[in-house]
Amino acid sequence: MNPVSTLIAVTLALVTPIIGGLLAGVDRKLTARMQERMGPPLVQPFYDVLKLWGKEPMIANRMQPVLAFGYLGFALVAAGLVTFQQDLLLILFVMGMADLCLTTAAVSVKSPYSYLGGRREFLAMLSYEPVILMVDIAIFLVTGSFTVAGIYAYGKPLAMVLPLALIALQFVLVIEMKKSPYDISGSSHAHQELVRGVFTEFSGYTMALVELGHWAKMATTLMIFSLFWAPNPVIGAAISLGMFFITLVVDNIYPRLTWQNMLKTTWSVGFVLVLINVAALVLGGII
Amino acid sequence: MSLIQKARLKSLWVMHYDCGSCNGCDIEILAALTPKFDVERFGIVNIGDPKQADVLLVTGPANHRNKEVLTNLFDQMPAPKLVMAIGTCACSGGIFHNCANVLGGIDKVIPVDVYIPGCAVRPEAIIDGVVLALNKLAGVAPVDDEEEA
Repeated sequence: MNPVSTLIAVTLALVTPIIGGLLAGVDRKLTARMQERMGPPLVQPFYDVLKLWGKEPMIANRMQPVLAFGYLGFALVAAGLVTFQQDLLLILFVMGMADLCLTTAAVSVKSPYSYLGGRREFLAMLSYEPVILMVDIAIFLVTGSFTVAGIYAYGKPLAMVLPLALIALQFVLVIEMKKSPYDISGSSHAHQELVRGVFTEFSGYTMALVELGHWAKMATTLMIFSLFWAPNPVIGAAISLGMFFITLVVDNIYPRLTWQNMLKTTWSVGFVLVLINVAALVLGGII
Repeated sequence: MSLIQKARLKSLWVMHYDCGSCNGCDIEILAALTPKFDVERFGIVNIGDPKQADVLLVTGPANHRNKEVLTNLFDQMPAPKLVMAIGTCACSGGIFHNCANVLGGIDKVIPVDVYIPGCAVRPEAIIDGVVLALNKLAGVAPVDDEEEA
């Protein structure tokens, strides 16, 4: 890579929390409009994070801040792996490490709410990571490569050959963004039977770090989805923003479902969609 | 005013604790938090976690049972934090002030920043109290309306 494209890739990876924060602002505004409210300003998530950063540090144990930094760090590394067009499997595992930091921090304290939220976050990972793995394998079967660079080299838009895999990823996005019906590990809305679930024991700057990490992960996930129309980044961005919008609509019309339902739906619907897609490609003689 | 100070005024996360109020004031608080009044446009969000809350809304009088819970919740909130005593009971004990089990207003247990009287409080009074609380957070001296008039 030449120095200019390296600089662009580094910058793009480092601004993922800002992109994610703006998307979170869009999320709050759109959700408010769907509920016939005005909603907060677009930059409200940044006010929240700045305020959290300025609060008195009150940490539960010494491990928690390290893991909060780890969550943001691994999320940024995953973003960097995407912008540097690296291996999709590596990206999945680094994102998994970020999640592991969050869940370990949640179960490292003696709060039952935090502990239950952490366990549910593990279940969420168990639900969506195999689906992403299946999609990665489907991409390998089509392009002959596990790398992001391979998707660009393929030339044709992946969404044309793997449309069902994209639908399977919609389920992943709902869980990843912690939206209803699968917001079981942490509640961002007023239903507080878990207090704040996996986020309960974070406060002040550790909570700010977790928010930034969550935005970076969300933006990275959407960036990966946009690869489904790699030849034209504008259409790719439109696809991922469309999936973001569908997630918000689903969030506003669905109640929270159980973790059993989440596991069953993602494993059955997600797996079957990807398998049908691959089988159709094999029968059609495309791969 | 620093950026963080500005952000503090634009993002108040409130937590509500009922010390044993008759629910009159609780209903008024919840009414003010509903989509109809849409306090989220000012960045006010109802949150159940004391570790992330900025404002503690308390209704009802303090008694020997709930004083420990109230102190615990207050201690778990990181500074800067505000306490709003909502309703006459939370301010002074109200009609329960001379009951054997009642200590009086919640200021007998934790420091209170804003007192909002009323039985039950009016939503307008709560909003007025929030403005007073924001002034306190910004370090502006409250304006005495009666003195001006």
